[in-house]
Parts: sequence; structure tokens; C-alpha cells
Amino acid sequence: MTRYVAIRLFQALLVLLVMSVVIYGLIGLMPGDPIDLMLSADPKLTPADVAHLKSLYGLDLPLYERYLNWLGAALSGDLGYSRAFAKPVLDVLLPRLGNSAWLLGSSFLLSLALALPVGVGAAARPQGRLDAAVNLFCFAGISVPPFWLALLLIGLFSVELGWFPAGGMETVGDGSLGDRVLHLVLPVLALTLLSVAGFTRYLRAEMLEVLSQDYVRTARAKGVSERNVLLKHALRNALIPVVTVIGLDFGALFSGALITETMFAYPGMGKLIYDSIMGNDFNLAMVALLFATFMTLAANLLADLAVGWLDPRISLA
Amino acid sequence: MRAGNEDRGRGPWHLMAERLVADRLAFVSLALLLALVLLVLAAPLVAVLIGHRVNDVDLLSRLAPPSLGHPFGTDELGRDELLRLLYGGRVSLLVGLTAALASAVLGTAIGLLAGYRGGLIDAFLMRMTDGVIALPLLPLLIVLAAVDPAKLGLPAAIAQSASLGLYRIIAIIALVGWTRTARLVRNVTLSLREREFVLAARAEGAGALRIMTVHILPNAVSPIIVATTLSIGGIILFESVLSFLGLGIQPPQASWGNMLSGGLELFTTSPALAFYPGALIFLAVIAFNLIGDGLQSALDPRASRRDAGRS
Amino acid sequence: MSEPLFAVAGLSKHFPARGGGRITALVDASFAIAAGETLALVGESGCGKTTLARTASLLYRPDRGSVRLAGIELTALSRRALKPHRRAIQLVFQDPFGSLNPRLRVGSIVAEPLVIHGVGRARERRARAAHQLASLGLEAGDLERYPHEFSGGQRQRIAIARALVLEPKLLVADEPLSALDVSVQAQLLELLGDLRARLGLAMLFISHDLAAVDRIADRIAVMYLGRIVELAPRAELFARPSHPYTQALLAAVPRLGAGKRKPGTAPKGEVADPLAPPSGCPFHPRCPKAQAVCREREPPLEAKPGAAPTRRVACHFPD
Repeated sequence: MTRYVAIRLFQALLVLLVMSVVIYGLIGLMPGDPIDLMLSADPKLTPADVAHLKSLYGLDLPLYERYLNWLGAALSGDLGYSRAFAKPVLDVLLPRLGNSAWLLGSSFLLSLALALPVGVGAAARPQGRLDAAVNLFCFAGISVPPFWLALLLIGLFSVELGWFPAGGMETVGDGSLGDRVLHLVLPVLALTLLSVAGFTRYLRAEMLEVLSQDYVRTARAKGVSERNVLLKHALRNALIPVVTVIGLDFGALFSGALITETMFAYPGMGKLIYDSIMGNDFNLAMVALLFATFMTLAANLLADLAVGWLDPRISLA
Repeated sequence: MRAGNEDRGRGPWHLMAERLVADRLAFVSLALLLALVLLVLAAPLVAVLIGHRVNDVDLLSRLAPPSLGHPFGTDELGRDELLRLLYGGRVSLLVGLTAALASAVLGTAIGLLAGYRGGLIDAFLMRMTDGVIALPLLPLLIVLAAVDPAKLGLPAAIAQSASLGLYRIIAIIALVGWTRTARLVRNVTLSLREREFVLAARAEGAGALRIMTVHILPNAVSPIIVATTLSIGGIILFESVLSFLGLGIQPPQASWGNMLSGGLELFTTSPALAFYPGALIFLAVIAFNLIGDGLQSALDPRASRRDAGRS
Repeated sequence: MSEPLFAVAGLSKHFPARGGGRITALVDASFAIAAGETLALVGESGCGKTTLARTASLLYRPDRGSVRLAGIELTALSRRALKPHRRAIQLVFQDPFGSLNPRLRVGSIVAEPLVIHGVGRARERRARAAHQLASLGLEAGDLERYPHEFSGGQRQRIAIARALVLEPKLLVADEPLSALDVSVQAQLLELLGDLRARLGLAMLFISHDLAAVDRIADRIAVMYLGRIVELAPRAELFARPSHPYTQALLAAVPRLGAGKRKPGTAPKGEVADPLAPPSGCPFHPRCPKAQAVCREREPPLEAKPGAAPTRRVACHFPD
């Protein structure tokens, strides 16, 4: 078990390393570098100044040397400064990580709370009315453009009804818990609508699969109540593959968060990544992207560990 | 049954088509999509009918309400909204179809190779697939889409051409979209590889290429078609997201994604400009997903409704 | 002595088993087949008959041993160098529903070996395929149809046509009858006998049906747990089986074993686990005559003392 986790962590580190090369290379291919930006902001800089600045920042070195320099510094704990925020990268990143955790966490719990009863209910009577409705709803959920959904929510609940604020994390000058919860409602709702469909579909499909197994038929034949068949015998086994899928879907959840946070101007990791890429804030973009990759890999590992715990037949040794 | 007369002359495709027609949701979706495709193809005809061209700017009639000359009104530059929706649809559907096809081709090749060759090649390709599946794709795609084509060493004529956005987005999506198909084809190949007709071909002396293309691929075609159909919806969504974020199809060329993004700024005054393109994306994507699901149930009723989803 | 048409010697094959073990599927198999001769391979299912057939035809690469066709060593050849020799050895598989590609028309299936070996032009290949099918009792219109439109017997004829279109010297037929109805089995057996006589075809005929083997074989090899335990001309084997396992096998078919059958010789116990074969003679745990030496030393397949050199048996105490 320890060995398994150690190997997986080592693999994750390897992936991170590869990703850092890829991302660094891609960022190097993006238009403009910091000095070009300074130049456009301050046209008085002479070419000599530019050359001096470039060598000062190490930008005259070949890409791979710059990468190695970056890697060396990063490994010794120096992740660099964010250009846009004029703060160390971690000082910018960590609070945003907390904000995203609130958004993703509450939406994840809400999705599960909805998907469990709905998925089980739909599987209880396949092809029934509830099942058909759930099916259509799920297809809508996976087919709706995420930013358009956010827009509709803003249009309805914020512009028309005025119930919830359209964006941000708190009203300037307020910042009480109630105010922050109010700001969370629409982004959480948007993200939940996006992810609940996937969860429900997987759960329903797995439930149907499990319900067709012999041991479930045996349980029914023995006179176990339908409720117990569904909840005790089927759900536990149906959850196992669903957990894996949820772990694998973390990347998709993150993509959804990026769009949702951008649409609702919610200061989380997703918006930070988008803004830092768009704003040529390379140090920040680099670290934020690696953080996102790391969290996705960690979610996969946690899902696998959870499956090992749920399913005694799977040995992780 | 397998050799019965009632089956004579009716291949598996006929049976599949019959089941598909019986699936009301899929049938309605197919009709809807066909109508959408016809409309989009007829865009130049519509332009003649209403007497405008797609990028005609008319600053005197900006944000006009629907009228006979502008059935869907005009946008912030006075361009006809209906025409832009139709031409944008051409781009969005084209990207969806070609990128899905490119992903399918790439994924099929990788899956065939991994499944048929096995061993180290298989292990390497499948670890790579797992890796790509596990990554947070959207942020990485954003980086990829932000890459300056001039720095890639492309000649300026190509780097600055208007259609570059189109090709680039197709390439980017294909680059990450092949994973599902690759896994699927690999698994199908693994089981087909041990079938006796493949052994027979090997005994005849057939080479790997011939076995993969003549004996394995044709027998894996139906799941590939299902997976590809199911992926189109997700890809249209992806295109719209990237265009919406300013990284896909660049204005003035219209795509549903960048029209939505343009409409966003005027959302409080003219919500319709943001509503229409989003609604069309939604309709097209859900139609593709329902057709894919219908195809899947038609092929294998038990496996239905399991694998659809965002790519 | 001149080279036989086809000879394998010391052929062995292992497969990796699920969970890390090794399945010993084939151990040290040796036999020869002369031109026009039919050797039948019999034994219970799982004894390695199919592995032997596929290894001998180099569908599987052997771990050890040699396969010689008209004096040429085939195991040493590269994939590319082997290809022309494959023409001489063709296979017919057990399951006629699995051995024909469902997406190809019958005409393409039968012509495919010609395509692979670059024989003739498309028109010529088609004509040869049609001719081959016609000689096996199928119609010209059948070329355009798909395998699923045919019955099992017809499909097996198609598979035979595919095997014969290259005019092989040796036909390896792996239980070609067992998936068919009994009446169809008889027709096909007759057909195979005809072909052999007409084309001078040598055949490795694998079956667990001793009645069929009795009708078609010149010689018979008996397999147990991956080994050939007895090899003899058909009449002699049926009349005087030497190995206790052969005796047990024949005793299970009353009509054939009549006369020489001894009571109480039916094999007792289960076939041994190929993952952990018994020490010494593989048959000793089930053998009524087993003694201490049988547990320690595996008997080689040798000529039986005092009998013709064509009779070979692997037993410490042969009858």
C-alpha cells in the first residue's frame, strides 16, 4: 500500500516535470516577453536599455537554459514574482486556491447530493417517466455551453430578479459571511448544473449494470425489500466505478471552474490562470498551471485509493 | 438466426438504421441537425433573399430590432444577425466535424497500433493516453491556443492568414481529442486480434498492416462511428469556449463562440445577441449527443447512455 | 532415408499465465508426415492439440524445436522469409463462425491468400476463387454474399476453399467438424477424404472424435498434457493400444474399443493442471499401472520394444 502510493507519487512527479517542460516551452512561444511589454509601455527605452534588461532577466539565454534556471530556482523554493501583482507567486496563488476550494467543494457536494437520489431513482425504474426526464436533463447538462449557462443565470437571477450579485466574491466594504455566501450562489449553481449531469449518468448506468447481476436477483428472490436491494446491495457496488470516473473528471471540473470563475469574476485559480496567460504574467501562469496539473493528478490518486477502500477485491499492493 | 433466410441481404447496418429510426429522440435530433446543416449551407441564398451580405457594416442601423430586412435584427456594427449566425454555424459545425474526424483518425491509428502490437508499444501509448486524459485540458489548451504561430517558425504568410485560426483550432482539438477513441479501438483490437479470422489471415501470410486495415478496422468501425458522433458535441463546445475566450476563431470571421463573446458586452442592453448563438450551440451539441446515444443503443442496447459526455 | 514432406522435432511452447505463472502447453513434440499422408492428433480438450497445430504451422513461434518443410528449416526464418513457405501449409479452424471475417464477401475471403502472395491479377484471382468454391459445392452467386448468410457446413467449405486456393502441400485442420451438426460432419469428412485422394494432400487432422479419426487417418498421435504419448498406424493403435492413456481413451468409445477393452481402465481423476504438471510421467496420477519410477522419470517417446519402428510410445510399462 505504501509502496503503491510511493510509486504513484513518483509517477505524478514525473508527469509534473514533463508538463513543466511543455508549459515552459509553450509559454516561450507565446507572443511578447516582459521586456517587449515594458518597451511598449515606455517607448523611451533605448535598444541598449532593452539589451541590458534582457540580460538582467536572463531573457537573452536560449529557452532550455532559461528553463533550467527556472527549475533550479523553483526547486530551491523560489517560484518567482508575479509581474501583474508585484508579489511573490505563492502569495497570489494561495488565497485564490482557497477561493476555488470553496467554489469547487460546495459545487461538488451539491452535485453528489443531487446525483445520488436522482441517479438511483432513475435506475429503479428504467424507461419510466422519471428516467426519461432525468435522461433528457442530463443530455442538456452535458450539452449546454458553460458560459452561456452562466449568462442565462446572471440574466435571470441577477439582472431580472436581482436576487443574487452577478459577480465577484464579496461586496466591497462588506465581506461578511452572508455576503460571501450570496456571491457564491450563482457560480456554484452554474458549476453544479454542469457536473451533476455527468455524475447522474454514470451512477444510473452503473446502477443498471449492478442491478442486472445475479447476486441482486438472488437478493430479490430471497425477499429483500426493493429499497434494501437498491441502497444496500446495488448502490455500494455501483459507487465504485463512479468514484473512479469522478476522480478522472476532476480535470473537466477544473475546466468548468475556469469558465465559471471567468464569467462571474470570481477570484479563483481558474480565472487566475486565464488572466495570467492573457496578461503575459509568465511566472504566475507557469506555477498556476502546474498547481492545476498537480491537483488533477492528486484527485486521480485519491479516487484510486477510495476505490481500493470501497472494493475489497482490488488490491493496491 | 445467423444463417437464416430472413437475414439474407440485410447487413448489420440495416438493423442499426431500423433501431435508430425507432428511437424518437435520436430521430428528432437527426432531423433538427439536417435542417440546421441545410440552413447553414443555404446561407448565401438567404443573403440574396434578404438583400444583405454577411459582413456589411451599417452603422446607421446598429442593434436594430427584428424586421423584414433583418429577421433577427442587427448587431453592434449593424451587421445582419441571421446571416452571421448562419455563417458562424458553418464555421462551428465545420470545426466540430473535421476536428472529430481528425481525432478519430489519430485515435484509431494509435489504438490499432497499441492493441495489435501489444507489449512495450502498447504500454507506452496507453500510459500516454492516461496522462492526456488526466490533465486539466482547458488551461493547457488556452496556453496552446495562445502560442504565437510566428514563433513556431511558420512563414508569415501562413502565420497571419485569416484561416489559420480555423486550422489551428482543429489541430489543437485533434491533439488532445484522440484519447477516448484510442482506448476504445485498442480494447476492440485486443479482442479481435485473437479471433480466428485474424489467425487465418496470419496463417495466409498477411502482414501487420493488412491485418490491421482489412481484418481488424472494418470490424471496429461501428464503435468508432459511435464514439466519433458522441465526440462532435463536445468538440463544438470546446471550439465555442476557445473562441469565446478569444483564442479560437478570430473576428470578423463569425463563429457561434466569438459571437457569444461579442454579445456578452452588450448583454444588459441587447440580451438577444448573446442568446441566439448560445442557443444554437446548445441545440447542435445536444442533437449530436442524442444521435450518438441513439447509435450506441442501436448497436448495443446494453451499453447505451454510458460514455457520452464532454471530450 | 529421404526427407519426409513435413517434420517437427522437439517442439515446445509455453504461455505466460495470468498471475505470473507459465502454462506448459507443448513439450518436446516430434512427428513427421509424408506427402499424401494423414496424421490424426487426438486427445482430451486442453491437452495442447491446438497449440501443436498452431506451433507446427508457425502461427505461434515455438520456444524450442524444429519445423522442417521438404527439408527446409522454417523456425530459423524471419517473418518475411517465412511468407513464401506459408503457401505450402494452410489451416482450417474449428469455428466456421469465427474464422471468416464478417465484413468481407466470400469472394474476397477466398481470394485473399492469392492477394497476399501476389498471385495473378484481380480477374484471375476471382476466377480461381470461384473455381475453388465450385469444386466444394458452392455456387457462383455465393461470391457476392457475406459469411453470415451461410450455414455452418457451408462456411466450413468456404474456409476449406480459402485454405486450398494456394494449392498447399499440407492442410492443418484443427477440429474442423466439432462445431457442425452430425449429418454435416459426415459430408465434410467425406469431402476431406476426397480432396486428399484427388490432390495428394497431406493432412494434420485434429479431433477428439475417434470415429472420425478412424475414417480418415493413416496414423494417429495421442496427446496428453502437451506431450505426444503414443504414435502408431491407425489400425494398430485401435487394435493394440500400448499406452494406458490410449487404452482409457479407446475404452470410452465402446464401438471402437470392442474386443481389446479391459474393464476398469477409464481414466480416473482430473486432467492435471498444466500450470503445475506432475513430476515424472504426466499421466501417473491417473494411471492404473503407475509405479515408483513413473513419479520420478518421464518416459521418452520411443519405439516399442519388439514392435515395428512405426510404433512409438512414451510409457515405462507399455502393453
